[in-house]
Amino acid sequence: MTQLIVTSIGPVSSVQDGGRHGAQRYGLTPSGAMDRLALAAANCLAGNALFTACIEVGPFGATFKAREGAVRVALTGAPRSADIGGRSVAFETSMTIPDGETLTLGFARGGAFSYLAIEGGIAGEPMFGSLAVNARAGLGSPYPRPLQAGDAFEARFASSAAERRIELPAQTAGPIRLVMGPQDDEFSDEAKAQFLDSEWKISATSDRMGYRLEGPTIRHLHGHNIVSDGTVNGSIQVPGNGAPIVLMPDRGTSGGYPKIATLISVDLGRFAQIPAGTGFRFKAISMAEAQSEARKFAGLLRALPDRLRPLETVDLNIEALHHVNVAGSAVSAHDAGTWHGMMQD
Amino acid sequence: MSNAATVPLLIPPRLLPSGDSAITVEFSRHIDDASNRRVLALDRALVDTPIAGVTETVPTYRSLLVHYDPVQIGFEELGNKLLVLAERPSPAIAKARRWRLPVAYGGDNGIDLDDVAMTLNTTPDDIVTRHVAGHYRVAMIGFTPGWSYLSGLEPFLHMPRRQNPRLLTPAGTISIGGVQTGVQCLAGPSGWHLLGRTPVRTYQLHREPIFLLEPGDEVTFFAIDASTFAEQDRAAEAGEIVAELVAS
Repeated sequence: MTQLIVTSIGPVSSVQDGGRHGAQRYGLTPSGAMDRLALAAANCLAGNALFTACIEVGPFGATFKAREGAVRVALTGAPRSADIGGRSVAFETSMTIPDGETLTLGFARGGAFSYLAIEGGIAGEPMFGSLAVNARAGLGSPYPRPLQAGDAFEARFASSAAERRIELPAQTAGPIRLVMGPQDDEFSDEAKAQFLDSEWKISATSDRMGYRLEGPTIRHLHGHNIVSDGTVNGSIQVPGNGAPIVLMPDRGTSGGYPKIATLISVDLGRFAQIPAGTGFRFKAISMAEAQSEARKFAGLLRALPDRLRPLETVDLNIEALHHVNVAGSAVSAHDAGTWHGMMQD
Repeated sequence: MSNAATVPLLIPPRLLPSGDSAITVEFSRHIDDASNRRVLALDRALVDTPIAGVTETVPTYRSLLVHYDPVQIGFEELGNKLLVLAERPSPAIAKARRWRLPVAYGGDNGIDLDDVAMTLNTTPDDIVTRHVAGHYRVAMIGFTPGWSYLSGLEPFLHMPRRQNPRLLTPAGTISIGGVQTGVQCLAGPSGWHLLGRTPVRTYQLHREPIFLLEPGDEVTFFAIDASTFAEQDRAAEAGEIVAELVAS
């Protein structure tokens, strides 16, 4: 049987999909991909349904080997060096790993999570409709834990479909947008202004449960204990020490700290990709604007297949490559070999 | 409404935005039984009268978190519909299910029992007698899978949480903290006082049902000895539901 074998992998890498919904009332966190657009784009390239399970690769490098047949995959998300048997491959494209060859991924650059979709998806036993790993609850399939070297995924033999790329809209580098609340009334106007006007950095101690923010101390008006209530992806809670935490897909389903604001759903993926130590700002927008953005994003996802392009006729956009810092000089899209050697940090 | 005069006026809940895809319907800022009943009634009403676009609800002590798809319904429209549902007198709530859960109190199963007795100037036996005499209701489930927060703890047993939360407490722990008692399913951190352990799994994969307790269920406890616990713990591990369902 054809397999994709994990031959080396760093921490914080796991199988993730669109998440596990419907059981938050029992304390079961949804989990799911940190960057939903990147997940959907990888699946689109691989010919899968948009929220099919992928391998979410954390910030460190990883290698995958095709065994007993060729495996067709697609790669999106945080850019990093990538090659198959020494021949460089581009991000946001599909690619075929020949039998016995290895796909080698370097460290993430300018992001944190990359997505590797396998043509035909990942075989596993869904729980509450999802294969997403939630290590604390022992959920996830085929491995209910972060991935390790030696893990194997069943793959169908690669189809002979032509390889393709996907043209995603340019990422805005603007502030991370949020709507205030639900407990912004637990903070003074000064504290709220300080929160919105300051530059923040993501702490290196962040994980899939929450991103801790480094910046000014945000004081509460009436203390830091509230009666626990429900949380969402992007809830920004402020614990007793005044250092906000943005709750991510592996969050607890309820929490007892005041939540000053909530990231808009469209910006969750962009926020999740901010590397530790990089400065960024927040911007409050209205509910009407946030929901209009959410509707636009849903439209973007629906129309993703329209953004697929054949790889042979690609007119390689050098500027875009410079932007993601993967090209140092002009290269030929037709001869992937010319990329080799330009991919080093 | 013609019978408005005979129905006690309910204070409308506050609608708090929780991002662009969820609304927190807040009935109270505190833990109180009446508000929790209203939370559970609204949760029930959304099952009986579904609103298109609502994807998932999460009841807590004092609020109902309503997840929704902003492509299908906007904040204002959903908020108005929720207010109408919340102001409707709650329908006769279906008779709650009542569970009896076995608990091995004290010793290795409840390492704080003696300290709790000392702090409250009484005996460990008195603490157990009081704890099993209580009639509790599942006010919410949260934090980790199956962690069930129960309301109805008698005031004598109200105690502040520990100054230093423990990083690891055993699966099945029955504990008290503040005005609550709780059933913890998975091993994990806790700042509450550990009175005992139940062999009952409130969450168990590959068992039907995966989650045993629902918000709104009634719960009482009865004491078992350590050897019965060990025996039932093995049975529960094999997938048996060792809790007793008294009425449903």
